[in-house]
Amino acid sequence: MDERVLQILIDSFMKILMAGIRVTIPLAVLSFLFALIISILVAVIQYANIRGLKQLCRFYIWIIRGTPLLVQLYLVFYGLPSVGIVLPAFPAAVLCFAINEGAYMAESMRAALEAVPKGQLEAGYCVGMSYWQIMRRIILPQAFRTAFPSLSNSFIAMIKSTSMASTITVSEMIRQTQIINGRVYQSLALYLEVGFIYLMFCTVLTWLQSYGEKKLNAYGGAK
Amino acid sequence: MIDIRNVTKSFDDFGALKGVSLQVEKGDVVAILGPSGSGKTTLLRCINFLEIADGGTMVFDGETFDMHSISKKDISRIRRKTAFVFQNYNLFLNKTVLQNVTEGLIIARKVNKEEAEKKAVAALEKVGMADRLDSFPSQLSGGQQQRVAIARALATDPEIIYFDEPTSALDPELIGEVLSVMRDLANEGMTMLVVTHEMNFARNVSNKVIFMENGQVIETSDSKSFFENPKEERTKLFIQTIQSGRE
Ligand SMILES: Nc1ncnc2c1ncn2[C@@H]1O[C@H](COP(=O)(O)OP(=O)(O)OP(=O)(O)O)[C@@H](O)[C@H]1O
Ligand SMILES: [Mg+2]
Repeated sequence: MDERVLQILIDSFMKILMAGIRVTIPLAVLSFLFALIISILVAVIQYANIRGLKQLCRFYIWIIRGTPLLVQLYLVFYGLPSVGIVLPAFPAAVLCFAINEGAYMAESMRAALEAVPKGQLEAGYCVGMSYWQIMRRIILPQAFRTAFPSLSNSFIAMIKSTSMASTITVSEMIRQTQIINGRVYQSLALYLEVGFIYLMFCTVLTWLQSYGEKKLNAYGGAK
Repeated sequence: MIDIRNVTKSFDDFGALKGVSLQVEKGDVVAILGPSGSGKTTLLRCINFLEIADGGTMVFDGETFDMHSISKKDISRIRRKTAFVFQNYNLFLNKTVLQNVTEGLIIARKVNKEEAEKKAVAALEKVGMADRLDSFPSQLSGGQQQRVAIARALATDPEIIYFDEPTSALDPELIGEVLSVMRDLANEGMTMLVVTHEMNFARNVSNKVIFMENGQVIETSDSKSFFENPKEERTKLFIQTIQSGRE
């Protein structure tokens, strides 16, 4: 590899990494937390069969899963201003990612809720607990454990999806790379580099995921 | 203490209970016997409102309830005075042994944690499980899980405990430990309504036997006369079948 390219890689590495730490990760973490809240609400509403709201949840999932994330981002960032709603790029991205991933995670959560044996609810009733007490203390924790692998996968996917925020001017890693590349024209080297940084992030997360799964299995074990 | 009249329950067109009545007095140990599909489980589930009956009345501690149109509030009031032991234990899988027993006290009855744990440990000692407080259900044998389930039932000081075939899911060598706990309870005067296939329990521990078939009560009598001189032809046949099956 020639020396100039090596120097470019060294100079850009910290810049891109810092964009990752300052923007990509906060963007993913915030979006994920909101997505988690949305998914729990949407899944529980369906599981508890709350009339009216349940239909609304199915509608939400239908719309979100049936349209591209990119369209959702463009609508919120470039479309909404024309009806007077102007969101800065970062919050717009968080909003879209949370709503988008929330729909997928809601389906995992719902499947996990439905996998909790029916007898758990009945046993709860028989010791005198109310539906919502049983939901909060017995059913949701068990469902969460079942859903953990798929929720972790969603988080890892989220890290990569944040790259799309570059299309609405959020200065995360891809946008940083584009800016640098605009000066030095080293697409191959720079995109290999940013790909490598994503890979590092995701590898760490994969470790955390298997650690978490072991931790959850340690108590409780099989169903 | 409990007087149930004319409970009916259908699933689609199938009549699972066709007008069942029964009485339980304080201190009674009532065994419900009958072939598979006769409606025993459905009866217990209707009595504790896990299933809502199509009709029937219940007198519980002198108060009369319509079993079909009973309010949620009354259901939870009655449930606080009762406990249920399931065939497949249904311990809370995400809770330890101790937490399984304290949950109904701390969360449903707002007992403070310290007192709840004291009660729970006492109940677990009674069933011989006080040395496994921090185990999870998945780490216990079926017999151990069922004993914890009995402790969970006991801890709330119920006026009556319903058992639905508490030993049917157990390996033969584990049945004895659960039955002996139930025998102790009976001797202490606990009121129990027990669906069972254990004839020795029905004969030696229970004082009353109810024999069901096809969603109806065929015969109700004290357990001695049930086994020694059954009134109904159908009952005689049932006892014969059981005895030939055993011996
Ligand atoms: N949820 C349900 N939906 C439809 N049919 C049901 C349901 N629950 C019970 N039944 C039917 O009602 C009848 C009585 O069932 P039940 O479980 O009460 O019998 P059981 O006496 O407890 O039998 P076993 O000894 O096998 O436990 C059976 O024919 C069963 O198929
Ligand atoms: Mg049954």
